[in-house]
Amino acid sequence: MIKSFKNNIKGILIEGLTLSSAVVIIAIVVVMITVIVVGGKDQISWEFLTSFPKDGMTKGGIFPAIYGTALLVIIMSVAAVPFGTITAIYLTEYAKENSLIAKTIRFAVRTLAVIPSIIYGLFGLGFFIKFVGTQMDNTFLGGQLKWGQPNILWASLTMALLTLPVVIVSVEEALKTVPQDLRAASLALGATKWQTIWKVVIPGSISGIMTGTILAVSRGAGEVAPILFTGVAYYVATLPASFSDQFMVLGYHIYVMSTQSANVDQTMPIQFGTTLVLLALTFILNISAIILRYRIRQKKSN
Amino acid sequence: MIVEKIQTENMFLHYGSKMALNDISIRIPEKKVTAFIGPSGCGKSTFLRSLNRMNDLIDGVKIEGNILIDNINIYDKNIDVVTLRKKVGMEFQKSNPFAKSIYENVAYGPRINGVSDRKQLDEIVETALKNAAIWEEVKDRLGDSALGLSGGQQQRLCIARTLAVNPEIVLMDEPASALDPLSTAKIEELIVELKENYTIVIVTHNMQQAARISDLTAFFYLGELIEFDKTKKMFTNPNKKQTEDYITGRFG
Amino acid sequence: MTKDQKKKKKSEPTTATLIDITQKKFRWSDYIAEKVIKGVAFLSITIIVLIFIFVFRESLPIFASQKASIQAKAIDSTAEVQETYGEVTDQPAVEETQETYGEVKDTASQSSTDKESYNVSAGSGFDDNQSALKTILTKDWVPVSEKPRYGILSLIIGTFKITIISLLFAAPLAILAALYTASFASKRMKEIIKPTIELLAGFPSVVIGFFALMVLATFLQNVFHYDTRLNSFVGGIAMGIAAIPIIFTITEDALTAVPKSFYEASLALGASKWQTAFFVILPAATPGIFAAVLLGIGRVFGETMIALMATGNAAQMGLNPFESVRTLAATIGAEMAEVVFGDTHYNVLFLIGSLLFIFTFVINAIAEFYVKGKLMKKIQGK
Repeated sequence: MIKSFKNNIKGILIEGLTLSSAVVIIAIVVVMITVIVVGGKDQISWEFLTSFPKDGMTKGGIFPAIYGTALLVIIMSVAAVPFGTITAIYLTEYAKENSLIAKTIRFAVRTLAVIPSIIYGLFGLGFFIKFVGTQMDNTFLGGQLKWGQPNILWASLTMALLTLPVVIVSVEEALKTVPQDLRAASLALGATKWQTIWKVVIPGSISGIMTGTILAVSRGAGEVAPILFTGVAYYVATLPASFSDQFMVLGYHIYVMSTQSANVDQTMPIQFGTTLVLLALTFILNISAIILRYRIRQKKSN
Repeated sequence: MIVEKIQTENMFLHYGSKMALNDISIRIPEKKVTAFIGPSGCGKSTFLRSLNRMNDLIDGVKIEGNILIDNINIYDKNIDVVTLRKKVGMEFQKSNPFAKSIYENVAYGPRINGVSDRKQLDEIVETALKNAAIWEEVKDRLGDSALGLSGGQQQRLCIARTLAVNPEIVLMDEPASALDPLSTAKIEELIVELKENYTIVIVTHNMQQAARISDLTAFFYLGELIEFDKTKKMFTNPNKKQTEDYITGRFG
Repeated sequence: MTKDQKKKKKSEPTTATLIDITQKKFRWSDYIAEKVIKGVAFLSITIIVLIFIFVFRESLPIFASQKASIQAKAIDSTAEVQETYGEVTDQPAVEETQETYGEVKDTASQSSTDKESYNVSAGSGFDDNQSALKTILTKDWVPVSEKPRYGILSLIIGTFKITIISLLFAAPLAILAALYTASFASKRMKEIIKPTIELLAGFPSVVIGFFALMVLATFLQNVFHYDTRLNSFVGGIAMGIAAIPIIFTITEDALTAVPKSFYEASLALGASKWQTAFFVILPAATPGIFAAVLLGIGRVFGETMIALMATGNAAQMGLNPFESVRTLAATIGAEMAEVVFGDTHYNVLFLIGSLLFIFTFVINAIAEFYVKGKLMKKIQGK
C-alpha cells in the first residue's frame, strides 16, 4: 500500500515535470506571439503596408521590404521547387532504396539542412558574386562591375540552396504516399516510366509539392543571414527593377532598425509593426503547410 | 485447333538467393481461360507477373529459362518491355483506378499511345466500357471520379482500362478476391465473354471459381508446377495426389 | 486465312494482327527525363562540394602567404577579381596605397553601429597574412586597427559558452516535453503541443532575436540584476528557444520509434506508466536523443541573427554568463559586409566560416551514422 502510494506520488511528480516542460514551451510561444501582436498591432495600417519609409526611416511604411521579400521568395521558389521536386523524384522513383547513390544524396540533403545559414551567405558571396558574377562581368561586360556585386538574383539563388532540402523532404514524403498499385497499373497499360511519373505520380503528389513550396517560402521569407552580404540593402529608394538591383527585406529591416537605427525608441512601433508583419506572414504560410500536410498524412493512412 | 500463346521452358525465378519458381514448363493456349491455383506463396502470382515483366520492378529478381509469347522470348534483350505490356495487359488483386474521372481512366492508355482525337477517344472509351460490361452503369457519369464507384465497378473499370489498350493477353491476379458474391459473378461472366477475343490467365484462390470459368487449370505448389490439364479433368480425375489433396480441401 | 476472317479482324480492333514486341523503341522523352532527373539529383551533392571548395578557397590565402612570406601579399579588390581559382599568383609586392587609418574602432562599440555600406575603409591595409596567421590562436579579436589581430580564441570560447547555456536551457525542456508527448499526453494534448512546436520551428530567427533584444533582455535583467543588458545568458536563452523544436522533434521521433512491444512488456511486468516511460522508453531512445542534442548544438553553433541581436557582441574570454560575448557566426555576419573583398580580414572571416562548416558537417555526420547505427541495434536487438 505504502509503496504503491509512494510510487503514485513519484509518478505524478514525474508526469507533472514532463507536462510542465511542455507547458513552458507553449507559454514561450504564446508570450512571444502576444508581445509582438500587442506591440505591433497599432502600427498596422494600409498606409504602413503600402508606403515607403520616410524621414530617415523614422516614419512611413515598409512597402519596399514587403515587396523585396515577395520578390525574393518568388525567384527563390522558381529555382528551388523544380530542382527539389526533381531530386525527390529521383530518390523515390529512380534510385534503388539502399543504393550508395541514394544514400549519399540523402546524406547530402540532410547535411544541407543543417549547414548554418551564414555559411550559405559566405558561399553566395564566394560562388555567385565573386566567381559567377565576376566571370559574367569579365566575359560580357568587359570587366564593368554589374553582376560581381550583391543583388537580388544572387540573394534569391543563395536562399534557394538553403530551402532546397525543405522542398526535397516534403515532396519525397508526398511521392511516397502515391500507392505502388497506381504505378503498376500505369506500367501494365504500356506507359513508360516517365509517362507514369508525369501522368500519375506527380498529379498524385501535387499537394506535397505545394506543402514543400509553402514551407520553403516561409523559411526563405524569414531568413536573414544568407542574404546579409549577397544582396540585401538597408535602404533603397526605388523598388528593385532588375535582377542586378539590391533590395530590402522584412527580416533585415527588423534587424537594422532594432540594432542600428539612430533612435531605437522612436522607431520602436515601426520595429514591432514590421516584426508582426513578418511573423503573420510566416504563420499563415506555416499553418497552411501544416494543414496540407495533415491532409496528405490522412490520405496516406486511409 | 489449339494455338499456343504463352509457353515457358525450364523457367526458374530467384528472389535474391531464394528460389521462388522451380523449373516451370507450361503451354498456355490462345483465347482460352487458364487458371492458376495453389496455396498462397506457391508462386502462382509471381509466375503471372513474369509474363508481362512486372517483376522487373522488384529488386533482386532473377529469371532463367525461356518465356515465349507468340514464340518470342520476352526476356530477350531487344524486347521492348513497354510494347510487351501493351500486348499483355494486367488486372490486379485490388482494383486500382487512378484518381481521375471514369472517362480519363479508360482514355489513359490510348492517350499515352498518342491518341488525342476526341472523337476517336470517345469511341475507344465507349467500346472498352461496353466490353467490360460496365457501360450501362456509368454512361451518364463519365466525368465523375472513378474513386466514387463500388469495388466491383472499379474492378470492371480497370478491366475496361486494360481493354482500351487492345491487348492480346489479359493477366488477372485474383481480380475478384476483394469483391462480394454478386460483383464476383459479374466479373466471372465478363471473363468468360472476354475469352472470345483475348487469352486470359487468371490467378485465383477460389477453386470453385477456377472450375466455373476456366478451360485449363494449373496447380502450383511450393514454386513448382505440379499439374496442368483441362479444368474438367483436374477437378474430376487429377493425376497427382497433391492436386487431389488440394482440390478436395485437405490442405491449402 | 480466309477473306471472311480478315474482314472480321478489321471490324474488331481487339483481334488485330499481333503486336510486335521485338522492335526496341528508343523513347526520347524517357531518355532525356531520366538523364535530367539523374543530373539534377546530384545537385545537392554538388552544392556541398562547392560549398566546401568556395568557402575554403576564400580562406586559403592566409595559409598560402606563409610560403611566399617575403612577398607580403597586398591585394586590392581588382587584383582579387582576377584571381578566380584561389591559386597563389605571385604578384609583385605592391605597396598598398589606400591605407586609411580613419575608421579604426574598437570592436565592442563597432558591432552595433553602421554596417549598411560596403565602402568602409580598408583598415587592415598593411597587415600581412603571415602575421595574421600568427595571431589567430590568441585571444584578441581586433581586426580593424593599426595592428590588426585576429585571435579567434575569444570567439570560440564565446560560441561554446552560448552553446552550453542554450543547451542547458533547451535540452531538458525539449526532451521532457517530448517524453510527455510520446508517453503521457492525451490525443488532445498532442494536437496542441505538436502544432505549437511546428509554429515555433517556423519562427524566423530574426523575430526571436528581436524578442530577446526588446523584451527578454529587459525581463531577465530585472530578475537577475546583472550589469550588461545583452550578454551570453540572454543570447543563450534566445538560441535555446530556437533550438527547442529541433531537439523536441528528433527526440519525439526517437521515442515513438521504440517498439510498442517494449512498452507492453514493461506494463505487463507490473511497471507503471511513468516507470515504463523513464526506465524503458527513454533509455531505448538514448541514441536518438543524443542525435537530437547534437543537432541542437549545430543549430545554436551556427545561429547568426540571434547572436547578432542578443549577445552584446563583445569579444571577451571570461566565463561569467552575464558578460557580453561574440560568437563565430555573429562575427562573420557583422563584419563581412564591411571588409574589403580579398584582404586578410576577409580571408579570416572565411576561415571562421570554414570552421563552422566543418563543425556542423562533423556533427551531422556523427548524428547520421554513429547514432543511427546504435539506435537500430538497440531497437532491433543485437
